[in-house]
Amino acid sequence: MVSENAIAWYHFSSPKNFYPLAGRLIPWFWGLAVILLVVGLYMSFFVAPTDYKQGESYRIIFVHVPAAWMSMFIYLVMAAYAIIGLTWKLRMAEMMASALAPTGAMFTFLALWTGAFWGKPTWGAYWVWDARLTSELILLFLYIGYMSLQSAIDDPRRAARASALLAIVGVINLPVIYWSVKWWNTLHQGASVSPTMAPKMASIMITTMLVMTFAFWMYTIAVVLMRARRVILERERQTSWVMEMVNADPQAEMKK
Amino acid sequence: MSDFFAMGGHGFFIWMSFGVTALFMVIEVIAVKRSRQTVLKQLLRLARADLRKAQS
Repeated sequence: MVSENAIAWYHFSSPKNFYPLAGRLIPWFWGLAVILLVVGLYMSFFVAPTDYKQGESYRIIFVHVPAAWMSMFIYLVMAAYAIIGLTWKLRMAEMMASALAPTGAMFTFLALWTGAFWGKPTWGAYWVWDARLTSELILLFLYIGYMSLQSAIDDPRRAARASALLAIVGVINLPVIYWSVKWWNTLHQGASVSPTMAPKMASIMITTMLVMTFAFWMYTIAVVLMRARRVILERERQTSWVMEMVNADPQAEMKK
Repeated sequence: MSDFFAMGGHGFFIWMSFGVTALFMVIEVIAVKRSRQTVLKQLLRLARADLRKAQS
C-alpha cells in the first residue's frame, strides 16, 4: 500500500514544492526558537542555582553543551542527506546537505569557543590537546573541507557527489568525539547526561540544558530552511518555475 | 544589577560565551537573508535581459 505519507514525501522532495512549503514553515520554527530561547536564558541565569564547586562560570554549560550536541547532530543529519542524495540522486537531499553545513560549522566553532572560555576559569587554560577537544576541532575541519570542496567544483552535481563522499567518510569522527572521554584519559569531563546512567547533575540544570538544546534545534531548522530556499534559487535558476515566480511578483519575493 | 553582570568574578568568561554565541546566531540569519536577496536580484536581472532580447 502506498500511504498518503509516502506520496507527501515524494511531493515535497521536488524543489518546486519544497520551496513554498519551507517558506510557510520558517515563521513557525522562528516562533518556537524565540520562545524556547527566552525561557532557556531565563532559566540559565535566574532559575538554575550557583554551582557549589565552580561558582557562576558553570553557567557556560547552557550554551556549550547544546552547541556541542548540535554540532554533532547536524553532521549526522547532513551525512544522512548526503547518503540519500547519492543513492537516489535526489536533488533536494543534496541541497539540504549543503544548506546544513554552515550552521553545523558555526555550532562546532561555538562549542570550541565557549569551551575555551569555560576551560580558562576551570582548568586554567583556554586550550589543551585533549582527545575531546581535538576530535571536535577535526569536526570543524570536516565542515570547512565539505564547504570548500563544494565551492571548488563548478558543476553542482559533481560538487554534491564529491562532498557527499567526504561527509560520509567523516561520520567516523562522531563516535570518536562521543566516546573520547571514555577511551582516553581526558581533561574534559565525562558525559553529564547519558541514556544509561543516572544524571550527575541537578535536574533543574539538565532541564535548562534541554530547553536551550531545543531552542538551538528550532533555530537550526529555521535558518537551514531559509538557506535551503536560497540554494534552490541558485541551483534551479534555469527552471521555468523559478523564473515564473521571480517575474510574477519580484517585490513580494524580495521581502520574504 | 552590576552584581548580575559580574557573575561572581566570572563575568568575562560567561559574557564572552553567551555574547559571541548570540552574535553569531544573529549574523548568520542576516547573512542568509542577504545572500538570498542577492540571488533574487541576479535572477531578476537575468529575466529582464531575456525579456529585452525577446522584444528586440
